[in-house]
Amino acid sequence: MNSGYDLSSSTYSPDGRIFQVEYANKAVENSGTAIGLRVKDGVVLALEKLVHSKLLVPGTNRRIQTVDRHIGIATAGLLADGRHLASRAFDESLNYRETYRSEPPLSAIAERLGLYVQAYTLYSSVRPFGISAILGAVDKDGPALYVVEPSGIYYGYNGAAVGKGRQLAKTELEKLKLSELTTREAVFEAARIMHLVHDDSKDKEFELELSWIGAETNGLHLPVPKDLFEEADKKGRDALDADMED
Amino acid sequence: MQRLKAGEVNLGTSIMAVQFDGGVVIGADSRTTTGSYIANRVTDKLTYVHDRVYCCRSGSAADTQAVADIVHSHLQMFAQQYGTPPPVHTAASVFEKLCYDNKDNLSAGIIVAGWDKGGPSVYNIPLGGGLFKQPWAIGGSGSTYVYGYCDATYREGWGRDQTVQFVKNTLALAMSRDGSSGGTIRIAVITEDGVERLFIPGNELPTFWEGPPVPMTVVEAKKVVPTAGEGAPIEVEA
Repeated sequence: MNSGYDLSSSTYSPDGRIFQVEYANKAVENSGTAIGLRVKDGVVLALEKLVHSKLLVPGTNRRIQTVDRHIGIATAGLLADGRHLASRAFDESLNYRETYRSEPPLSAIAERLGLYVQAYTLYSSVRPFGISAILGAVDKDGPALYVVEPSGIYYGYNGAAVGKGRQLAKTELEKLKLSELTTREAVFEAARIMHLVHDDSKDKEFELELSWIGAETNGLHLPVPKDLFEEADKKGRDALDADMED
Repeated sequence: MQRLKAGEVNLGTSIMAVQFDGGVVIGADSRTTTGSYIANRVTDKLTYVHDRVYCCRSGSAADTQAVADIVHSHLQMFAQQYGTPPPVHTAASVFEKLCYDNKDNLSAGIIVAGWDKGGPSVYNIPLGGGLFKQPWAIGGSGSTYVYGYCDATYREGWGRDQTVQFVKNTLALAMSRDGSSGGTIRIAVITEDGVERLFIPGNELPTFWEGPPVPMTVVEAKKVVPTAGEGAPIEVEA
């Protein structure tokens, strides 16, 4: 059954694949959905944090983290790997600041994280990251959104979705005119999509995480404020119920 | 404390940079000394670090050349990695970091100036490090003589030609007072379109009041007599 080609990331299969990287992708696919929206004047990150135990304190183990004043990261996959990657992103951002005394553009951080993640696909002594990370920022060139995958590859996006519900989320994102939305409008769309992709009957309970960067946050990466969060959360849920009645 | 090592080549210098609407004018004298000996009388202290970013060097020639070389390499890396020319602020930050981190081993006073997407800018990095954005900056040993002139003369809103004239006059005044400055004036005008180099030979420097006119008749040659104690001659009026 087991070919032996999947034991190490330094072993290629006969057709040139690295199974360890593909397993890492599987870990991401089973994780709660995370999405990112790059809109007219900002970026919104949203995440479905699956709660595997009722004993957990609500609001803990956040998976959207702040990397720098203007950079946020949402990770889908292994929680610990996500923490490590965010910590690395923080270090890279700090290093850029110390060297050039200016805010790092997200492209620079995405590239450095891409190099870092790729290095974990090269050696038998380590395993690849079980993480797909959505990076969002508003930098000197405006809003930016990137996804770093377990292979180390990274792309820039207008709308991104990773994790369990990514297919459905992507089709919803494609329907939006992202370049015309405001960041505030995008918060509502993000909440709606997260509720839509969550399957109440099949999936575990979940907590919604929402963060934004835009004119209203003065260019900072911040959690969506409580009142707006509750409004978006409720609207998202209601939209789903209305949909079911059709 | 002795700042320069024995035999070290010094840029006892007059340097300056001034921004105007479309760019910056940087200028320097051309004297390099080892003690009282002029090691080079046509030095170029205006040093390229990227296409639109230059620095004016003062202090040790060796130290400032080495620092400028390192910054040059950093900026090439920056342009390659991020696909955009480095902003002046970035270049100045790299200079400042090197100057501050190695302050115990360097004697370098550097002015960084240039043009980027945000417009022209001038940064001053004094001896031990520190980063100061200024509309104009002067530096080197000669600069102490002309702070008053600059304060009294500088105005906002000058054009290119007025700014060049200001730099030329300031440096000529500094060079006439400062024994460690002199030779020629080198100027570079950095704008979006490029860098234009100007050269003012030593016999064409602007002059100001230099004392009453010298009478045409030769009075009498001075006589030199040795003193009783030491062998050193002293000058005496005949």
